Amino acid sequence: MHRWLWPLAIFAVIVVFLGVGLTLNPREVPSPLINKPAPPFELPQLHAQDKTFSQKDMAGKVWLLNVWASWCASCRDEHPVLVELAKSGKVPIYGLNYKDKRPDGIAWLKRFGDPYVLSAYDVQGRIGIDYGVYGVPETYVIDKQGVIRFKQIGPVTPEVLNEKILPLVARLNG
Amino acid sequence: MAMRKYLFLLIIFSMQIAPVPAAPITPGANIEGLDKRVQRIAEELRCLVCQNQSLADSDADLAVDLKNQVREKLKQGASEQEIISFMTERYGDFVLYRPPLKASTVLLWFGPGLLMIGGLIALYRRLRARVAPVPEPSLTDEERARATALLGGIVDNKNNSGKTRR
Repeated sequence: MHRWLWPLAIFAVIVVFLGVGLTLNPREVPSPLINKPAPPFELPQLHAQDKTFSQKDMAGKVWLLNVWASWCASCRDEHPVLVELAKSGKVPIYGLNYKDKRPDGIAWLKRFGDPYVLSAYDVQGRIGIDYGVYGVPETYVIDKQGVIRFKQIGPVTPEVLNEKILPLVARLNG
Repeated sequence: MAMRKYLFLLIIFSMQIAPVPAAPITPGANIEGLDKRVQRIAEELRCLVCQNQSLADSDADLAVDLKNQVREKLKQGASEQEIISFMTERYGDFVLYRPPLKASTVLLWFGPGLLMIGGLIALYRRLRARVAPVPEPSLTDEERARATALLGGIVDNKNNSGKTRR
């Protein structure tokens, strides 16, 4: 009887390890920036070229920074969610237009709607690298002290919005 | 004929000699050395878009950007360690192909070694158990007689000590 016990125990351990491994999503690399100050930047705006936008401008507010581009297919998937959210006025959304052509970005917003208070224009993707962006779209929740509290990698779905982002925004505002 | 052969060889040799360029005299920037250093660092870093490739192997947009960033930092005189920490500050330990030794990575580092030691111990005990086998009890006379009867007298080896082959 106990001849089989050891192999069975080892097998069970391996199954547990592999089982946990299967449920992890390797696409979601945990960001080291959570609970760290949002990396500083000052970028020209997408629409008003001569004006700039900096994360400092948002001190004292809870806000979303959404990284998007006109070439990004999943951005289109999440776009209606963001447009709805902007209409509700629950939290201001700022865009980071990532490695895009200015006319393309502007045309894209005209076509699909513009949920952003404004978009910063990061043509070289430098600020993207500072924020650890590796798959657009990505969305950051930044608190009143300018600390990153949450990062969504990939499209914001209604579930993520209602179960994670909005409760977090409410807590940070409260 | 021989003349032609020599001419041919001459051409071949001159081809090999000719392209060797004079060393580029660009003060402050050893281009070849820089490329190698970029390459070496990029091999240590994982491409986040195509996760089973290193930055060096990947042509993904972000990988190219990150390689340019590495190159730029090297030109500015940053050390390899500074570049590696620049990357981990942004993308976490995940970008490293050699994960740092931490509480959460202890199993990763020592697990295989422990498994091997465990396996060797198990193997050692197994083999020792084989060297000194437990002697099987020999048959009683009555059993032997029965066995002989069953086998029709083929086997009747009274000298058998009871140590039989398995």
